[in-house]
Amino acid sequence: MQNLPPDIWVPVRLTIELAAISTFSLLLVATPLAWWLARSHAWFKEAIAAVVSLTMVLPPTVLGFYLLIALGPDGPGGVIASLWGARTLAFTFGGLVIGSIISSMPFVVQPIRNAFAALGDRPLEAAATLRASPARAFWTVALPLASPGLLSGAVLGFAHTVGEFGVILMIGGNIPGHTRVMSTAIFDYVETMQWREANVLAGGMVVFAFAVILSMSLIEKRFARARA
Amino acid sequence: MRRKCITGYNDARAGFGGKRAVKSAFALFDANAGVMVRLKLLVLALAGLLTSLAASAEAGQTRVAVAANFTEPAKEIAALFKQKTGHEAVLIFGASGAFFTQITHDAPFQVFLSADAARPKAAVDGGYAVPGSLFTYAIGKLVVWSKVIDVTKGDEALKAGNFGKIAIANPNAAPYGAAAIEAMKALSVYDALQPKVVQGNSIAQTFQFVDTRNAEVGFVALSQLSGVTAGTRWLVPQDLYAPITQDAVLLKKGENDEASIAFLAFLKSPEARGVIEKFGYGLD
Repeated sequence: MQNLPPDIWVPVRLTIELAAISTFSLLLVATPLAWWLARSHAWFKEAIAAVVSLTMVLPPTVLGFYLLIALGPDGPGGVIASLWGARTLAFTFGGLVIGSIISSMPFVVQPIRNAFAALGDRPLEAAATLRASPARAFWTVALPLASPGLLSGAVLGFAHTVGEFGVILMIGGNIPGHTRVMSTAIFDYVETMQWREANVLAGGMVVFAFAVILSMSLIEKRFARARA
Repeated sequence: MRRKCITGYNDARAGFGGKRAVKSAFALFDANAGVMVRLKLLVLALAGLLTSLAASAEAGQTRVAVAANFTEPAKEIAALFKQKTGHEAVLIFGASGAFFTQITHDAPFQVFLSADAARPKAAVDGGYAVPGSLFTYAIGKLVVWSKVIDVTKGDEALKAGNFGKIAIANPNAAPYGAAAIEAMKALSVYDALQPKVVQGNSIAQTFQFVDTRNAEVGFVALSQLSGVTAGTRWLVPQDLYAPITQDAVLLKKGENDEASIAFLAFLKSPEARGVIEKFGYGLD
């Protein structure tokens, strides 16, 4: 690790912060959405599900381009930014959080929705006959039963945010300490032929990705065994 | 019904219905992953088909890697080139830095029109390009551009600094970015403006930042503003930054290729030079 520039760890810390905040916000938004998608009988339900999943298919350039416009002075982002006298949410950490939430949404909604759907009606009907209110049944029955889905959603959301590149490249502005995260830092190092620095970060990403996938399988196994 | 429900609840408490819930949560996600894999395979197969179709196309063809800032003039030159010679120039647009890395890894390009002088020279030095084929095809001009504030007197506007963000291209990767920093230093405004700098990955992205008004001000290429009437601009005086010479070179893959050699020759013709100048570049 000698001779590495000291600022090489700034993007690492920033990436972890971004992923943690995004994952927390994602769980807050995705859980009720997944619940609704799993339980609702509305005719337009699948259309909403498709919209949520869009970002899985769209190239990050499409997402980044629309976000750049939406966050800017002509979009809703500009209106929000004007509350504190700024003109745009692009080039800010908050802007990156918004981008990450949108692009990682399907990876969090999907497993949670599947977990809720797999519960079926019976546990909730049972709770209802025991006079649990729907809210109480949700908190004390559905949520604990779906916790493996929540956990895998959180892990996938965190991992996908860490791996996000295209969107951040297009709305971040590459500001050290604010919007220059690991994936864009690696891109910079490669682009400028600083391959040793690129190797340190890129190698770290490979190890991280491996750890995420392995831990997912282990979590799954452990839950399966505990329930057996 | 009631009995059934109670049993169900007991089931849920005893087994938490958990194993099934867990399994399906993952299984359903895996099933989606399976669909994605199949989709990817389909896309790969289609891509392979298209590539083989392209390869069987006519012989008088050259693949030219073109720096993004030269996109518009290159298209016009390629059209003229086809009219004059019958050869087709297939243009691939991108960042010069990325092109250089690809060329050192056996990319199928025959001609390289870089945004700088360093990379074509490195390609020659590394044995990826034909020595003696290198020449300057255009000299880039730097412009301060804004759609928010008045920058017709750009030096004064930069000194006043009445804006939140100023966009430049990544100075490590793009010569226009390095030139922008050089110009700001020459005007002694760099220390004051540095906290306001945002970087586009390329000069094209920098243009986008200013065009969408996310950044009030930006250093872009004059060639990008050809045909653009919006906003105000200030041509940065040439004595504030080292000339952005853009060099072209014949790559090893095009060494004996008629169309590739003809394209470089055409790039030096008065006709092509007229196009280059029209788009706001200087000439050597």
